Amino acid sequence: MIAPAQGRIVRLAETARSPVDFWYDSEALRALDGDTVLTAILLSVRALRDAEFGLEKRAGFCLMGACQDCWLWQETGPRLRACSTPVAQGMRLLSQPSDAWPAATPEGET
Amino acid sequence: MTTRVLIVGAGPAGIRAAQTLCTAGLRPTIVDEGARAGGQIYRRQPEGFTRPLEVLYGSEAAKARALHETFDRLVASDEVDYVSRTSVVSLAAGQAQVLQDGKIRLVPFDRLVLATGAMDRVAPVAGWQSAGVYTLGAAQIALKAQGVALGAQIVLAGSGPLLTLVAWQLHKAGAKLAAVLDTSSLGTQMRGLPDMMARPGLVWRGARMRVGLGRLYHAGAQLERIETDAGGPVAFHWRDARGRAQSTSCDTVGLGWHLQAETHLADLAGIPFDYSTQWAQWLPHVDPMGRAGEGQYLAGDGVRILGADGAEIAGRLAATACLQDLNLPTLSPHKDMQARVRMERFAQGLSRAFPWPAKLVRATSDDTMICRCEGITAADLRVGSALGENEANRVKSLARVGMGRCQGRYCQLIGAELIAAKSGMSVEGAGRLRAQAPARPVPIGAYQIENDP
Ligand code: FES
Repeated sequence: MIAPAQGRIVRLAETARSPVDFWYDSEALRALDGDTVLTAILLSVRALRDAEFGLEKRAGFCLMGACQDCWLWQETGPRLRACSTPVAQGMRLLSQPSDAWPAATPEGET
Repeated sequence: MTTRVLIVGAGPAGIRAAQTLCTAGLRPTIVDEGARAGGQIYRRQPEGFTRPLEVLYGSEAAKARALHETFDRLVASDEVDYVSRTSVVSLAAGQAQVLQDGKIRLVPFDRLVLATGAMDRVAPVAGWQSAGVYTLGAAQIALKAQGVALGAQIVLAGSGPLLTLVAWQLHKAGAKLAAVLDTSSLGTQMRGLPDMMARPGLVWRGARMRVGLGRLYHAGAQLERIETDAGGPVAFHWRDARGRAQSTSCDTVGLGWHLQAETHLADLAGIPFDYSTQWAQWLPHVDPMGRAGEGQYLAGDGVRILGADGAEIAGRLAATACLQDLNLPTLSPHKDMQARVRMERFAQGLSRAFPWPAKLVRATSDDTMICRCEGITAADLRVGSALGENEANRVKSLARVGMGRCQGRYCQLIGAELIAAKSGMSVEGAGRLRAQAPARPVPIGAYQIENDP
């Protein structure tokens, strides 16, 4: 496992769960079973993705499914809402739409 | 056929509404976005987490347990149909469109109980679009549902009961707080106290938390800006009650000024709204039991911000109203109605003690973002509004404030305040953003239902 680099999130409790390995961009990361995708990523990095309309990065805002700030891409295509999706073994998550797709535009946007 | 009642939301209001309907022999359907029932304040941790309820909910552990157990029993005995991890995205006459597992399906109903809860009410602070700025509610959810702190050095800023509560919960759980900045002065807070004494136990609990926070807590703070670098916040700049400039190092910020009712579905259901100066927000129009339109009932923080105890009462009242309208037997709502009056008085005190920071919002600098979704600045709105459009929906078309992914949830009150400031009218006069379906983003593929094999 890669040692948690400069993460944002700090674990305070519930550390005795089984590990889950997943991919974020080309990095192998490890989280714990029961973590959301947002928790899982931000334990190791400081943001989830770039903002669409500005220079800054995004790392979620409400954590309750109201702001839609935490959407991420998956290698398989569909986006997911990181704050309400549990991380799963072997997930392949992307901070940006994949170049490999014919149209690198997320669903619902033009 | 028995009456089909659809309840949206399984927080304290939705759960008590369901329980009340069951006593009359109805079998309500409850659609809930959560993975497990409980709502936000009594949100449950995922399966496999082991912290006891006393750690999660403090003095409210017994209430949380009672509520969870009540609901688990209703589900186990099949008295309710509980549909978790599912969002209602649209409502039409007698039908709800719900998004479940990436697919849209229709849930027909005869009567509707909306218990959609509340969200943080936020005001813009320069730099708040940066990664690492969250709502206070987010900080609480992270702690409760994940056992984590959103940063290694946290500044919480805003006002309201949640500010002190979240700060205390984080502090107790071992998170490192750098400062707790309350924009309400002690003098303003005292003005709310007489009405807040309608619930002296809560006042006492809040006071004890304040003592526990000690010198971390600052009343009467003026917020100036969040200094950020590429990685997120690095410092919060503010002035203390005596006007002295302060700068607090941090890597994470939580913002929130009490709560805002989540009213998207009420709007889609066609329920009329009134502007409440007390709450500085638009609220659905209901009778004291929670009756809205024909066959429509509202309960909990999604209609009046009375907190968790008030939500349990409102849930029972809304369901009782529903049963009355169906000519089914009910228990007397008298005691709940009386308790509700006490809750209202307390809430009135809260709204006076921890007001919406209108002055701070009106003073928003031109280059401050007011829409985090699309990066729209105060200047963009002021220009849109200067073109002669002084109505929220018109300004939305011109300046796109309210057009983003959150659908105006977080910028609507800010926008209305700025329009009012610019045009010299009241915030009410600036109007209310009309909700549009879907209430949550829906992938286009989710609508391919009919053609599925
Ligand atoms: S952080 Fe707001 S929807 Fe996920």
